[in-house]
Amino acid sequence: MADGAVAAFEAVEVDYPGRGRALGPFDFHLEGGEIVALVGPSGCGKSTALRLLAGLEPPTRGLVRRAAGRGETSVVFQSPTLAPWLTAAANVALPLELAGVGGKSARAQAAAALRRVGLAGAEAARPAQLSGGMAMRASLARALVTEPKVLLLDEPFAALDEITRRQLADDLLALWAEQRPAIVFVTHNVEEAVYMAGRVVVMTRGPGRIAGEVAVEGPTPRPAGFRTTEPFRHTAERLSEILRVGMEATA
Amino acid sequence: MKRWTGILAPIAFVALLLGLWEGLCRALATPTYFLPTPSEIAVALVQNAPLLFVSAWRTLRTALTAFAVTSVLAGVSALAAASGRIVEDSFRPIAVMLQVTPIIALAPLFQIWAGIDHPATAVISLACVAAFFPIYSGVLAGLGSADPALERLFDLYGASGWQKLFRLRVPSAVPQALEGLKVGLGLALTGAVIGEISASAGGQEGLAWRILEAAHRMETARSFAALAALAMIAGILHLVFRQIERRALAWWRG
Repeated sequence: MADGAVAAFEAVEVDYPGRGRALGPFDFHLEGGEIVALVGPSGCGKSTALRLLAGLEPPTRGLVRRAAGRGETSVVFQSPTLAPWLTAAANVALPLELAGVGGKSARAQAAAALRRVGLAGAEAARPAQLSGGMAMRASLARALVTEPKVLLLDEPFAALDEITRRQLADDLLALWAEQRPAIVFVTHNVEEAVYMAGRVVVMTRGPGRIAGEVAVEGPTPRPAGFRTTEPFRHTAERLSEILRVGMEATA
Repeated sequence: MKRWTGILAPIAFVALLLGLWEGLCRALATPTYFLPTPSEIAVALVQNAPLLFVSAWRTLRTALTAFAVTSVLAGVSALAAASGRIVEDSFRPIAVMLQVTPIIALAPLFQIWAGIDHPATAVISLACVAAFFPIYSGVLAGLGSADPALERLFDLYGASGWQKLFRLRVPSAVPQALEGLKVGLGLALTGAVIGEISASAGGQEGLAWRILEAAHRMETARSFAALAALAMIAGILHLVFRQIERRALAWWRG
């Protein structure tokens, strides 16, 4: 693994019994502090790649290297995945408490994390009382509270409306600028990928392999109006083309 | 308006049935020992109120004691079963046998084990057996119902088996456990009544005993009065538990 890399895949393949090949062969590396978007059609193995990065499952073949230790990787799923019986603060404090941080200190850090994602005052609220966007923010606060080296996001905005989605995208980039974790952002939305990431990896249809990779120029967090700039449009078009070719490719 | 019809309609229907019953019994001049009229039952209920109250309390206490004991036993068994596939598989035949065996068939054995001097023990034990399975299976199903995504999250954060059990699976089990407890409570009362009937020779003077005693003497109205008292405590138990369940679920869902 190269210096500065926090994770790498070498010729990784994943087979699921009864479903056959889900991913690979796949090579990938993640530098510390960079934001990479994984784009691909449904069923291309994006989520599988994310689970490998999280260490939640091993590859069938090939090598997965991860520099992040226990508690240094966080995941945000498509749904907020909050425990309904816990308050927002208790949900956010959970990763700390599971790691053995004392209750009082964990609650204080949780409250601070909720403040950072714009949920100050919602500490005592239950998930059922939060809107979709607020619940996603709480989920994000839970992921950031451990100050992870690697943050994995599995289509985190897919269930949100466009306004909320854009707002959260900007907020997420601002939060990234504070802690600078390496982020892998899975999406099937090309524009969202270009907006979020410094590097976009396009996957073929399943079993996913790399169809192409494009670097995105521009400052992060994104300035206002970034979506209307020529580099943004151009990159999005190029990615769409790679995606189209990747979908036509037969496995 | 809607709320009132919801309360009034069932009352009106029951009143109609009672009126029909009363009218038919009078018109056909049915003998009281065969089928007493509702008014005769009401008189018997009032006249025997003190005695019925004592008996009802006895039956209720038996059912609640059995419910409390079984809740703990079934809960602990379910926790043990949830700890591993092997434990659950080992428990299954016994749990299923407890469920499918009619408890009345166990009554004679329980009386032998409890001994002639402790009929109450046999009655409570039968009520426990009756209530066991729904509570056990409710808690066990609940323990297995945790959100898989939350489970992955616990894995990701390196949670230990105990942490997963007590911080994820036990809280996740609340809704289904409550459902099991509700069924178990009803069956505890049924079990108590069956136990009392089968132990009728002993000094267990619960409501079932009152029903039997009056029936043996052909005092059918008194038998009905005891039956009415039994139905009332069953109804009250159900309503009370439903309120508790509602509150608990409202808390759980936030």
